[in-house]
Amino acid sequence: MATKRTIDVELATTGLDAHGRPQRVPFAVDESGAPVALEAPPALEPDLAGEHMLINLGPQHPATHGVLRLVLELDGETVVRCIPHIGYLHCGFEKIGEYRQYNQVIPWTDREDYLNSPGNNVAFALGAERLFGIEITERCKVLRVILMELSRIISHLVWLGTTCIDIGAFTPFLWSFEQRERVYKLFEDWIGARLTTTFTRVGGMGADVPDGWVDSLHAFVKNFPKTVAEIDRVVTRNGIWVGRCVGLGVMSADEAINYGLSGPMVRASGVAYDVRKDFPYLDYETYDFDVPVGTNGDVYDRYLVRMEELRQSVRILEQAIERLPEGPVNVDDHRVILPPKSKATSDMESMIHHFKQVMEGPRPPIGEAYLAVESPKGEKGYYMVSDGTSKPVRWRIRPPSFVNLSAIPKMVEGHLLSDVIAINASIDIVMGEVDR
Amino acid sequence: MSTSFTPVVVGSAAPDTPAPATPRGVAHRGGSANPSVAALQQRFGNAVQQVDVVWGETNIVVGHDQLLEIVRWLHDDPGQRYDYLSDVTAVEYRDPERPLEVVWHLRSLPFRRFLRLKVRLARGAAVLEVPSVWSVYKGADWLERECFDMFGIRFAGHPDLRRILMWEQYKEGFPLRKDFPLRGRFSRSEQLRQALAANPEARYSKEELSIADAFEDLPDDMRRRLTAGEKTGE
Repeated sequence: MATKRTIDVELATTGLDAHGRPQRVPFAVDESGAPVALEAPPALEPDLAGEHMLINLGPQHPATHGVLRLVLELDGETVVRCIPHIGYLHCGFEKIGEYRQYNQVIPWTDREDYLNSPGNNVAFALGAERLFGIEITERCKVLRVILMELSRIISHLVWLGTTCIDIGAFTPFLWSFEQRERVYKLFEDWIGARLTTTFTRVGGMGADVPDGWVDSLHAFVKNFPKTVAEIDRVVTRNGIWVGRCVGLGVMSADEAINYGLSGPMVRASGVAYDVRKDFPYLDYETYDFDVPVGTNGDVYDRYLVRMEELRQSVRILEQAIERLPEGPVNVDDHRVILPPKSKATSDMESMIHHFKQVMEGPRPPIGEAYLAVESPKGEKGYYMVSDGTSKPVRWRIRPPSFVNLSAIPKMVEGHLLSDVIAINASIDIVMGEVDR
Repeated sequence: MSTSFTPVVVGSAAPDTPAPATPRGVAHRGGSANPSVAALQQRFGNAVQQVDVVWGETNIVVGHDQLLEIVRWLHDDPGQRYDYLSDVTAVEYRDPERPLEVVWHLRSLPFRRFLRLKVRLARGAAVLEVPSVWSVYKGADWLERECFDMFGIRFAGHPDLRRILMWEQYKEGFPLRKDFPLRGRFSRSEQLRQALAANPEARYSKEELSIADAFEDLPDDMRRRLTAGEKTGE
């Protein structure tokens, strides 16, 4: 017999062992404090090695974040193979878009990634403006940056809250949803809607911000980092959290690029690819912010990257409030922007513009454009093809969740069934966007 | 945990180029083409059928047969390094004479370049088929499956070309084709009839069951139905 000691089980409250390494709990140490492998207990059951079992997870499972169905082949509790099934929420958005004028497509963009509706509105409007050849006003650009960063914050907050619940923590969910409610209050004050905002137009926005709105945004921006710090204090070094996140679903940098991952998924793998920095839009290159990258590419790094992105979004918002210029929001071009109602009823030319726009819709020249933005999930692209009529020939959504999810069979392979939940949560999927 | 890897810096292969900036005043047609075009034309000659710059983005129409070779070269060549596949999709125009276009959006992260490759598929072909780029980009897996599902374009060399958004027994055709009506081919009552006739018990395809040993444990009648070729929900 070796001189193995009886196992000391410690509950690590920091999540780190004596050597400062992240550690699963409970864990065993020998006399010198170095971790030793736990010996498996003798089998009580007859040898079941090689017997594989088929487990169906979803589409109604609460931890699959929507109607995702995973068929898992298990050896014991270890996943041997994963076959995802999607499409339960398919609505044919791209088909419908071919029968709608450009401004009429914007409501559909709300409903694909419904945690990021304003961001999608902005992305679609940017793509359509490229196709129309419109340059938007400076004030509109800054307002759109504010919208995009606010929607990044709410999307990451939903991700944070639901992932905490998946992994076993309830309190951060309440804290993050409280802050999310504050952002929705801001949307409501400005836009009138909360979830499905439909707020951009080709060439501008539905309305300018109301009086005093920027002050309430300022108050939010000042208070919000406190919540991030609180969640950070409770979660980041928590032993259970670290134990359930570290080392799961690892994607190396090369794999992440080859699988087409984007957003926090690719950045956690150490690839500093951020559309805002590398293929900028809305003058993002003039804002001072950092792109956080991970070094391990696991679930824990994805969490760290998203937490840091919350702080960076606050930085961008602060700068946007500073620089918000005066001036018009919409472009002065009545081929795309409706004239004011008072003029449409009193001025002949405005009435014609109004009539033509409502009945026929604005027509872009023949051409095509692919415009990608950095949505909270990753690279979200809208590819639009125009044949000169007022409706797109083809409206294609490049869905980041869809491409990120396609790597799940690779990520869960060899992990435990309970870890599938954590890995799936870390992808941050919205099934509305995956299925469209 | 000693698996940490060093961060990859985007744009590292072209340190001398100016920092990326929001494009302004983009011209409808014309403008500087992507530098990869010249290299492609030199390397592949006639396979590059057409090049144009629309709204600042370079479109390259290439020959159907050389597509995979071109994509592989763009991915591997140290002067190009198109390592990121953004999207695979197709475009069908309203004009029934115009060929279908399959579109690949490629990005070179080291050089910060963006390129659109197209292959034109003539009308009237019995089978619409292009080569799959799955062997170069693993991310093409689901994108190609979706393109097949929506347009009926087959990707030769794809390891698992099945429908992805529609269910496997979907019989109405390919929804994003222009000859497919917005409401679908079948009437509402026919769709309802099919939904009610579906067997909710048959939740797994035979392929799925056969990967595990669970197939042997199924009730006799279900095993018989699956062996006879019945699939999910039929």
